[in-house]
Amino acid sequence: MTDQTTEAPAAKPIPVTVLTGYLGAGKTTLLNRILSESHGKKYAVIVNEFGEIGIDNDLIVESDEEIYEMNNGCVCCTVRGDLIRVVEGLMRRPGRFDGIIVETTGLADPVPVAQTFFMDDDVRAKTELDAVVALVDAKHLPLRLKDSREAEDQIAFADVVLINKTDLVTPEELAIVEDVVRAINPTARIYKTSRSGVDLSRVLDQGAFNLERALENDPHFLDHDHEDHVCGPDCDHDHHHHGHDHHHHDHDHDHHHHDHGHHHGHHDSMSPIHDITVKSISLRGGEMNPDRFFPWVQKITQTEGPNILRLKGIIAFSGDDERYVIQGVHMIVEGDHQRPWKDGEKRESRLVFIGRNLDFAKIEQSFLACQATAKTPA
Amino acid sequence: MPTVAPLDIEGHVVSTHFLGDIPFFATAAGSIHRLDGGEKVTEAHQGLLTCIRDPFSATLLSGGEDGKVVRIGHDGTTTVLAEVPRKWISVIAGGPQNAVAYAVGKTSAVRQGDGSVKEFTEERSVEGIAFANKGLRIAAARYNGVSLHWVGTNAPAADLDWKGAHTGVTFSPDGRFLVTTMQENALHGWKLDGKAGENRHMRMTGYPAKVKSLSWSVKGKWLASSGAPAAIVWPFSSKDGPMGKAPMELGTRANIMVTQVAFHPAEEVLAIGFIDGMILGVRITDEKEALLRRPGKGAITGLSWSASGKLLSFASEAGDCGVIDISA
Repeated sequence: MTDQTTEAPAAKPIPVTVLTGYLGAGKTTLLNRILSESHGKKYAVIVNEFGEIGIDNDLIVESDEEIYEMNNGCVCCTVRGDLIRVVEGLMRRPGRFDGIIVETTGLADPVPVAQTFFMDDDVRAKTELDAVVALVDAKHLPLRLKDSREAEDQIAFADVVLINKTDLVTPEELAIVEDVVRAINPTARIYKTSRSGVDLSRVLDQGAFNLERALENDPHFLDHDHEDHVCGPDCDHDHHHHGHDHHHHDHDHDHHHHDHGHHHGHHDSMSPIHDITVKSISLRGGEMNPDRFFPWVQKITQTEGPNILRLKGIIAFSGDDERYVIQGVHMIVEGDHQRPWKDGEKRESRLVFIGRNLDFAKIEQSFLACQATAKTPA
Repeated sequence: MPTVAPLDIEGHVVSTHFLGDIPFFATAAGSIHRLDGGEKVTEAHQGLLTCIRDPFSATLLSGGEDGKVVRIGHDGTTTVLAEVPRKWISVIAGGPQNAVAYAVGKTSAVRQGDGSVKEFTEERSVEGIAFANKGLRIAAARYNGVSLHWVGTNAPAADLDWKGAHTGVTFSPDGRFLVTTMQENALHGWKLDGKAGENRHMRMTGYPAKVKSLSWSVKGKWLASSGAPAAIVWPFSSKDGPMGKAPMELGTRANIMVTQVAFHPAEEVLAIGFIDGMILGVRITDEKEALLRRPGKGAITGLSWSASGKLLSFASEAGDCGVIDISA
């Protein structure tokens, strides 16, 4: 009910940053920097364990990760029950802090954390998910990807990826790690750091889930002009590339541009890229017919929701002077008009899906059938 | 029109309760304000999360961000009953023989009158605790149901299962029913005295928002609830409770949500607090409404009747609290 919020004075929602990453990836170091550096802002921090946070801050809350399935029959509709309670408590005295940071355990699935900020009405009324930040240990990422799906999920779900501990690897190893991260998540902003030494303005206040800001200045999102789609290494056509590798001399290909995972093709069985199960699909089309597009995106998120980690897109609708931005997490989809198309800006529709077991050909075909120029929907 | 004596307090006020004829107001910052021949203030917590009235004694019980469980007397004196460093205490209940129950993560703890503490480990985090009206028995609300424990024994818990997250729990005054609030917009109830094989579940759904306030009428004939633009009042007088029956909707306002409900201690009159600060009094028998307070600065977060039933105190999230004299 919208009336719940309109009755109270409209306070600006408090931004929430989610920090994910395996144990040892540098989350605590980054947290300590956020809490101790003088940036003029105060943060409330929700952690699973106080651990090694050496900062004395009465706004650090220890909370047990408690994942609740919503009672709507959807297995991917999960929220963090403990966060609902802690955020409610914190928001009774909002003057104490400028933002909230949620640190997850190493093995945590970031999705329930993010979904809490969309699915719980009380939390949603007072806070706004700002960004999901994943820390990656450059040295150990290949091993992590072999062990677990969580490491991959954390990268796939992130808006910002810090490849940390770069001082512990060679430039060649670092390039591989970056390629892997890019292959898992072509839309995230990637920073290479040691000792979590990133400019905090790259981590905080990103507005990554804010429809007005999300895709406006996203260089990577717009970067894929040279490809119709980007995909993970299991794509069929990747295997064509594999064949050529025999003609090449060994490992010179790691130094190429690192936009995505297409150019890998190392036959080296140790290569972490073979352990990736997340794929991304980047679609591009012309102007869309809203009467086709909305039912389509509704249907695909309903049927493929559990397989979709994130989706982001800018849609051009025929007869509409404004860009329409859309984003989603599993089955939750949000969209809104963002701003008028600029003069000379190409009116085309872009949509990126990051997920598992997605049928690329089918999604692309049905997406293109939503174009205004398409004859009939597939 | 009843008279309203305002009391402006800084910040979010979490709840209000009467001890005798003295109204108490608990702030989120941790101070306890009472009107006892003038406003008096006691500091109870560094950040207060919950403050309830102990139904078994003339005291208040509170829990805070400082990990403390505190008992507050009618003169404002505070006694720390338990302290769990670094944990938030947001779930608390008062029981017979000075027993106090509180939740710490996945543990329900019961501090008995002699100071000994008995702990019960649950499978999931405890989100609500209630004492049964008879015997030293607690109900702990958690994900997928409620666990019932006899405090004096080591017998395994009796589990009441229902899928979903249960965020609060209450026994009916006669002990025949147990009702939980849920993360989804619903209540769930169990008939505790049902025969084996009988359907013991009660689903109470249809709310547009989460239910955060429940109140039983004097003899447990009715259960009032928030979570809708009217107080939703379920009939519990028959042996099967509200099963198959529709609730009453009292104090309906177009789109203004009810945030608090409180039954009068002696009569079937319900005080209803709204998100805009308005308060209505409604009589069950004829659904006659009386305006007790006009809209204020923020949502009503607490309502409490004095023992005599002549005074009604109210707390607000914006701090504009007060006491209504309905005998005037």
